[in-house]
Amino acid sequence: MAYVPHTTEDQEAMLQRIGLNSLEDLFAPIPENLRLPKLLDVPAAMSEAEVVRHLAAIGRENADAGRGACFCGAGIYRHFTPSVVPAILQRGEFLTAYTPYQPERSQGFLQTIYEFQTLTCQLLGLDAANASMYDGATALAEAAVMAASITGRRRILIPETVHPAWTEVCRTYVQGHGASVDVVPHASGRIAVETLQSRLAPDVAAVVIPQPNFFGLLEDAKALAAAAKAAGALVLAAANPMALALLAPPGEWPADIAVAEGQALGLPMSFGGPLVGMFACRREFVRQMPGRIVGATTDQDGRRAYTLTLQTREQHIRREKASSNICSNEALAALGVTVYLSLLGKTGLRNVATASVQRAHEAFDAITALPGYAPVFSGPFFHEFAVRCPAPVAEINARLAGEGIIGPYSLSTVFPDLENAALFCCTETVSRDDIRRLADLLRTFA
Amino acid sequence: MFSEPTIFERSRPGRHSNAVPVPDGADITAFLPAESLRAELPLPEVSEIDTVRHFTRLSQTNFGIDLGFYPLGSCTMKYNPRVHERVAAMPGFADIHPYQAPATCQGALRVMYELQGYLAEIGGMDAVTLQPVAGAQGEMTGLLLIRAYHRSRGDDGRTEMLVPDSAHGTNPATASLVGMSIVKVPSNARGRVDVEAVKAKVGPRTAGMMMTNPNTLGLFEDQIAEIAEVVHAAGGLMYGDGANLNAIIGVARPGDMGFDVMHFNLHKTFTTPHGGGGPGAGPVAVKAILEPFLPSPTVARAADGTYGWAGDRPQTIGRLHSFNGNFGILVRAYTYIRTLGPEGLRGVAENAVLNANYVRVGVAEKFQIAYPEACMHEFVASAQEQKKTTGVRALDVGKRLMDYGYHPPTVYFPLIVPEAMMIEPTETETRETLDEFVAAMQSIADEDPELVKSAPHTMPVKRVDEVGAAKNLNIRWEPSK
Repeated sequence: MAYVPHTTEDQEAMLQRIGLNSLEDLFAPIPENLRLPKLLDVPAAMSEAEVVRHLAAIGRENADAGRGACFCGAGIYRHFTPSVVPAILQRGEFLTAYTPYQPERSQGFLQTIYEFQTLTCQLLGLDAANASMYDGATALAEAAVMAASITGRRRILIPETVHPAWTEVCRTYVQGHGASVDVVPHASGRIAVETLQSRLAPDVAAVVIPQPNFFGLLEDAKALAAAAKAAGALVLAAANPMALALLAPPGEWPADIAVAEGQALGLPMSFGGPLVGMFACRREFVRQMPGRIVGATTDQDGRRAYTLTLQTREQHIRREKASSNICSNEALAALGVTVYLSLLGKTGLRNVATASVQRAHEAFDAITALPGYAPVFSGPFFHEFAVRCPAPVAEINARLAGEGIIGPYSLSTVFPDLENAALFCCTETVSRDDIRRLADLLRTFA
Repeated sequence: MFSEPTIFERSRPGRHSNAVPVPDGADITAFLPAESLRAELPLPEVSEIDTVRHFTRLSQTNFGIDLGFYPLGSCTMKYNPRVHERVAAMPGFADIHPYQAPATCQGALRVMYELQGYLAEIGGMDAVTLQPVAGAQGEMTGLLLIRAYHRSRGDDGRTEMLVPDSAHGTNPATASLVGMSIVKVPSNARGRVDVEAVKAKVGPRTAGMMMTNPNTLGLFEDQIAEIAEVVHAAGGLMYGDGANLNAIIGVARPGDMGFDVMHFNLHKTFTTPHGGGGPGAGPVAVKAILEPFLPSPTVARAADGTYGWAGDRPQTIGRLHSFNGNFGILVRAYTYIRTLGPEGLRGVAENAVLNANYVRVGVAEKFQIAYPEACMHEFVASAQEQKKTTGVRALDVGKRLMDYGYHPPTVYFPLIVPEAMMIEPTETETRETLDEFVAAMQSIADEDPELVKSAPHTMPVKRVDEVGAAKNLNIRWEPSK
């Protein structure tokens, strides 16, 4: 039997030791009418070789990005993963560990989390961070809940330029707190300071500012933050961490809480998960922060040591009074981000971000030069841009898929007035040849 | 003794790994306005070899299932098959985008669709959402479903959630997070919830009751069907915490016990692995009455055999994740179910319960067992006697086990047992491993109490000053001034 090492002799000897006659006797504490009288209706067991062959065949039914190129972003970004990242993540000491509740036996993981928290602070420009959240969306939702609890106010302003799925997750999370999400409409793909000001009121707990925004455009983060602060609201940043290699960090806007989706930092797309939420805030709010936190301290002999800290905020101690119910987080994914940022460092991350911006602008020029294709918005953008196409995006994408290319995100999915509008993304994994090939295929629709 | 500086202390200006591209286009200021740029990026600069050594050395001070027995109660630390990693890393699963057209990801949708079906069958339920990414998020999903159900019937006054005193901390935390108040139900002398206690607590404000079966004492809640009847009669719904499913998989099903909604911990029962605290996955299964409220989308199969997203649910509780949940974890769980098959899944429960009882009778020779009767997949021992006679506490026994090469059990949980040590061996351990562990426990019981109280003696660090960590908060590295 797979993964159960016992022989029949083992089982018999063990049953005898505990005074039972059969395996069925083990379930005597379960009332008989609740016991399943038959085996589960699931397919028959497979050997490892069979299961690998089976899954490989299923996997081949998916057109992976490696067959061509990926021009789709919209929250998931295909950057290159250095070989060292999976090699470290596959080490059994990390992969098969539980949460480091026992510090003496978990110094390695604890130190990597301390480093992750530091890297998060460095990228986001704030001075306190946690050990990770499920993803960027739930990190933002928890930030919204935290802002409501800090301010005692109940309305969260989220612009339309925030990832629509993130806004939906925020709605789901705030409902238990009597709080509400109020969506601020965009003007030409960005938040206008005046529109934001017209929505601000004394009941607004926080304003979310994306950077870059869902359309790839840069927001005037400092002006928006100033408007929010003037109304007594907290500023929540929702950032792409790769963009922060180049852009002013949220702490300088200044944001009070900043969240980011860490997947872009060395993790595979993996059909949208596992992801990893990065979460940082101003030091004064650290005791309201959700999630695990690692602190540096000393052991009995005065040596440097690490441990989980401020656990009295958490569910396993505080139960119904906890700041969040989060228990499992995304530790291994956060370790992946830590290894990635360590490998790339200051120069490397800037270079990946720069190459992505360069490819995106080259692609923008190539596509908008085609007859029938026009930019939807204007203004500076990072590595994504919206283009009005001469045909429905689904039709174009079907054609691109035939050539092994994952095409752009169709904006009309969420914004019905943006008919035939496509959101293209380029990272450093896209080559100039890929862009030429894309342009040639797009030209056939003109 | 071991000491590894932080990655920041290894930094030297100008160093980086080989994985760095060289930008060859126009200068960045041609694209981004100067006032939007950051002046400084304070990341470390480390060579590739030093990065590899840094993380490899750190890994060597960390304990995992691959290194030894990990009897951490309620966490189901069983062997994590390497084939799961191999499959999840296949490009057809790892290198696909969540927004690519369904026609180009039929395989991924098929895995999700079939997994929905397997989990519904295992739970005895009707429909499944794979979106929740952790057990606690599954709980939140479940309670939001219950709330939406009551509200859809105009039944807005149901704001109370019954939670046994033996429950996992996430249960009350979740109830509170969704705006419900908690009504605590005490355990009886048998370590179980009895139907009379529930009768005394239900009423017109009851939204439902959360239960874990078997419970955190490792005991099967044998009045579960009657309890479910009482809660249902009062108009409430039953939530099943699936954390302890390893005890009953293939043997009994929450859906048959009267649960209306439950979550699975794929990182526990389906061993996807734990990864130092995540990523996990917490899919939620429901009876048909709750299906209209599920998060969207789920995966459906059309008459022509193709798979697609099914998102048309006007009464949905909303979205819980940016995309489709932790897909990479779902692929691992799918692989596990296909590897084990129906006999293998039942064998999980049989051998998990066998191993727990086998260890229990051995440990019982030196330690009190909180509820000395046949257990399910785990049991709770107590160091109360030792504490009284020698001052040795559960924490000390746990720390001393490290010196013997084991991870400590879960200690001081459940809260209703003093000096609790919650032991869950799982089904993947050999008899010899279990014998050696029992011998270690017995030996610790006879050791010099001072030796035990000052343990561990062989770890990279001695006992860590946790109070000091909270008092002098240092949660990020900073260059010394």
